[in-house]
Amino acid sequence: MLGLKKSDSRLLLLVAGITLLAPFILNPFPEGSELAQFNAGYPDLMQRFVIFGIFAIGFNILFGLTGYLSFGHAAFLGVGSYAAIWMMKLLTMNIIPAIILSVIVAGLFSLLVGWISLRRSGIYFSILTLAFAQMSYSLAYSVLTPITGGETGLQPKGSDPRILDAALVNGTTPKANLFGLQMGSSFDLTLGSWVFTFNTGFYIAAVIMLISFYLAIRIFRSPFGMMLRAVKSNQNRMNYTGLNSKPYTLAAFVISGMYAGLAGGLMVAMDTQAGPERMFWTASGEVVLMTILGGAGTLIGPVLGAGVIKYMENILSKINSDILHGWFAFLPDGLENLIVNVLYPFIGKGWHLTLGILFMLVVIYLPGGLVEGAQRINRLFKSKSQNDSKAKPEPAE
Amino acid sequence: MEAIVLQILNGLDKGSAYALIALGLTLIFGTLGVVNFAHGALFMIGAFCAVTLSRILTLSHTIIDDTQKDFLGNPLKVEVPYVHDLFGQTTGDAIIDWAVPLSILFAMPIMILIGIVMERGLIRHFYNRPHADQILVTFGLAIVLQEIIKYYFGANPIPTPAPAAFKGSFDFGAMLGFEPNRIIYPYWRIIYFSFAALVVGGVFAFLQFTTFGMVVRAGMADRETVQLLGIDIDRRFTLMFGLAAAVAGLAGVMYTPINAPNYHMGMDFLVLSFVVVVVGGMGSLPGAVLAGFLLGILESFASMREVLNILPGINQIIIYLVAIVILLTRPRGLMGRKGVMED
Amino acid sequence: MSKSTFSRRGVLQTGAVAGAGLAVPTIFTASSAAAFTNEPTGGTVTLGFNVPQTGPYADEGADELRAYQLAVEHLNGGGDAGMMNTFSSKALKGNGILGKKIEFVTGDTQTKSDAARASARSMIEKDGAVMITGGSSSGVAVAVQALCQEAGVIFMAGLTHSNDTTGKDKKANGFRHFFNSYMSGAALAPILASNYGKDRKAYHLTADYNWGYTTEEAVRTSTEAMGWETVAAVKTPLTQTDFSSYIAPVLQSDADVLVLNHYGGNMVNSLTNAVQFGLRDKLVNNKNFEIVVPLYSRLMAKGAGANVKGIFGSTNWHWSLTDEGSKAFVKSFGTKYGFPPSQAAHTCYVQTLLYADAVERAGSFNPCAVAEALEGYSFDGLGNGPTLYRAEDHQCFKDVLVVKGKENPTSEFDLLEIVEVTPAAQVTYDASIFGGELGSCNSGA
Repeated sequence: MLGLKKSDSRLLLLVAGITLLAPFILNPFPEGSELAQFNAGYPDLMQRFVIFGIFAIGFNILFGLTGYLSFGHAAFLGVGSYAAIWMMKLLTMNIIPAIILSVIVAGLFSLLVGWISLRRSGIYFSILTLAFAQMSYSLAYSVLTPITGGETGLQPKGSDPRILDAALVNGTTPKANLFGLQMGSSFDLTLGSWVFTFNTGFYIAAVIMLISFYLAIRIFRSPFGMMLRAVKSNQNRMNYTGLNSKPYTLAAFVISGMYAGLAGGLMVAMDTQAGPERMFWTASGEVVLMTILGGAGTLIGPVLGAGVIKYMENILSKINSDILHGWFAFLPDGLENLIVNVLYPFIGKGWHLTLGILFMLVVIYLPGGLVEGAQRINRLFKSKSQNDSKAKPEPAE
Repeated sequence: MEAIVLQILNGLDKGSAYALIALGLTLIFGTLGVVNFAHGALFMIGAFCAVTLSRILTLSHTIIDDTQKDFLGNPLKVEVPYVHDLFGQTTGDAIIDWAVPLSILFAMPIMILIGIVMERGLIRHFYNRPHADQILVTFGLAIVLQEIIKYYFGANPIPTPAPAAFKGSFDFGAMLGFEPNRIIYPYWRIIYFSFAALVVGGVFAFLQFTTFGMVVRAGMADRETVQLLGIDIDRRFTLMFGLAAAVAGLAGVMYTPINAPNYHMGMDFLVLSFVVVVVGGMGSLPGAVLAGFLLGILESFASMREVLNILPGINQIIIYLVAIVILLTRPRGLMGRKGVMED
Repeated sequence: MSKSTFSRRGVLQTGAVAGAGLAVPTIFTASSAAAFTNEPTGGTVTLGFNVPQTGPYADEGADELRAYQLAVEHLNGGGDAGMMNTFSSKALKGNGILGKKIEFVTGDTQTKSDAARASARSMIEKDGAVMITGGSSSGVAVAVQALCQEAGVIFMAGLTHSNDTTGKDKKANGFRHFFNSYMSGAALAPILASNYGKDRKAYHLTADYNWGYTTEEAVRTSTEAMGWETVAAVKTPLTQTDFSSYIAPVLQSDADVLVLNHYGGNMVNSLTNAVQFGLRDKLVNNKNFEIVVPLYSRLMAKGAGANVKGIFGSTNWHWSLTDEGSKAFVKSFGTKYGFPPSQAAHTCYVQTLLYADAVERAGSFNPCAVAEALEGYSFDGLGNGPTLYRAEDHQCFKDVLVVKGKENPTSEFDLLEIVEVTPAAQVTYDASIFGGELGSCNSGA
């Protein structure tokens, strides 16, 4: 299918299925029940899942294939966001010019950063990218305030020129749209006590993610991808054979920068706001964590990692002590308080602690990330019901 | 001229903190080949050793003072530290006043222990893993350590003043023959700088002049050969990790009077100290120290009003800009060795 | 099936409880029943408390959350009713809002605009919150306010001090009770002039971001009007921790006052450093060198320890005020939590009460009706004296406190003493001076 191998087509179809059915899959618990707390099927989080999925897929093209660890990828996402919001302020609230410009601007910026940073490798490369990203963050926060809005960032306002759009009805807020279809619009489907929300913005972002994912598969399987893997395994040997690896790594860097810019543009399209803290080094660190948590170098891993981290950030952090007390209210008071006190440091405001512990556990026991975990479980089942099928083990990608 | 002298002083002082952290990072990298992202957290834990000791010294019991009222109008509860009961009011107050210097003794064994436990329990499983894994697991550890500290001490900074004897500042300019009151410098910062110089000197002397240090240096240069000679290099490297943790911890203890410690002070220093290490050259101890002072001085100059008027915002980016320029002109940093961290 | 811009979970929750069986799938059309975003139709109403729970302002956020929980308790008829007894409006009956019991959800802003908006959106889209409140920085306040405008819910700002929140970034759905940079400057300047004289030379250190700029501007203008001269203004990076290289040159500049336009960790560190350098022991131009901190908070004063002694600043509210409202609030907060509330807690508690009261008076949760009830509303008894919610920019105008670090604190909370209560008239400005447009209210319909 679409020029993919059978196993890759299966993976693409699986991802497409999960993504398109996400409103059902993410809302497994009925409304009003205690467990509804864990539902993630509301527009904002679903949009974030796919947007950060795109960001991580792009990052993986650089890190997973070439092994170059960039600590400054958030800068490209930030630059893409600023480009998109300026398109919305100057041209139109239609998301298409915004997204296109965000990819182009991020691509150009990553060309510049990559061209300089790729003169070095190893940790020197990491520090160079980090330095560029931190400079972008610091300047966007302070001296570039006229362009970036500084701390408060940029939002579309009624008074912006927006030369392609018709004038707004007096006093209303401009809303991002695709030829009139608003990103925020959704409709709810109620089945019994279950509620499923289908959101326009999410589906647009999801389709873009599927295209990005498809392109990533093609890159992974292409001769170009092979060349990048060669860079990872032994760059010297590659150079000795007379191949100049620089154009390949630079191309990978720019492609992954463009993916980041696309994610930044989509973030603005879904939620019209751009601010400098998306470029801070911890934001760059976050995409590294997503990729490694899910499984660097695998196709599906980064998307999984992005999902897990965003889920924790948005769901775990909202559980407060009142909710905990509610859950365990059926227990005797002493036991209830004990359990709440034991759990409380790990959830709600303590979600960072859980995140830190999770990383350590994954890195220590599952160096290949969650994908490796899934493979191990898979193998466990296969070895139990083996012999008759003689299925060959899944390749690592 | 006065301004320049002053900024050099500032730079040396700022540089001392960078140099101490970078020295520890380089010790760990040079001996064990591990990139330790939790090093900033060790600095922070050192600072909280000082907070803990001053809390211990001020452990109090309450007596009710009927003559005063608290904010709800109830009789005021007055906290009386146990040291007052033990040593009397004056001696007790003096002990509390000296909490930060006393913490050096308190923090030393704790930090060495933490370092050894960290190396034996976690880091040693990562010797043969890619640097990215090392970065990630130590980064996870840094988050965990910092959240634990936050859980017990809160997110707000905790003031930990220097002993009264070292408060205030001293007219450095008058001593050098400048106009009085133009170049003044706080006593505690001068102490911090001297302390840093002492620690750096001590570490170098230890590596240079003791047999233990000689073996470690030999191990840094060629681990396998040393092992083939029948020397248990692993155990020595573990001790070096403890030493590096202690250096970071002491840097933290002494830093508390300069800035009130909070739980994220380690992360604030982490990125900068990595830049320092890389600019100095991975694995080079003199490089780390040199780069620490160099970047400290440059940062101080960049924050001068006269410079900012010409180049607004330069204070925000100077360190990164210098790092980029140095890495592009000197591939391995100022004093880096060939072949380190390049694959 | 009809489209709605934001989901109406409030309706659905109650509709769903009525429970069409699983076997008979019914397709529910949301907007047929609702007139505005998240209209509460059952017996409860959900409010969203969006405060920093991680990051450097976590302690301030925790105090805000305590205040919100107290406010909910009081509004639902529990506790000693706190400031509801002293509030000039008697619309609140202690039976929730419009007879609906108040429930709340909490979220973590992380003091980042993106995280704050994500958290607020989940409260609106998932939990059906009809009002969002909280926050501890202006960047977050402006970002969340814009989101609430778009979504059609009311935003009651927490601690945000930049002029922008109700100035150039004001929104019809957003309301701020806290004071701002302009008011700090206007309240401080006369006190500084009368204490330190009119012939002073000031040196400003300013945090290099929006709030810093507006604060420097406000303090500069108002002190220059009193006859002070501004010798220099230097911008310091937000991420700076050691301010020595900014503070050391101050003595060479002939300035005799240092103004620290810093907040949070920046303020704790810069003030600590300034005191370390012995600036306050110096005589310059035959005058004692002085330091000024335009925006004080008790939590920050605690972080700076003994360094705050004798230093002037301004604050929105302080627990040592002796009016009936403040006393009632300090009593119920202190009884429940064991220590006095901070100014962040106060403003959050008041904002919740004001919102509930406006809904009662409007007789509806519709954001447009609530906004109308708040606009131009005058009230008293909430700790700041007579207060006006100005219709033009949704900013409260009330007395501003000028405070000074206390020389002999009796407890770890007793760090500031009130020097002067500057009357509201003196800090009132024309609504148009900061530009911006309020727009019209959005109910999400």
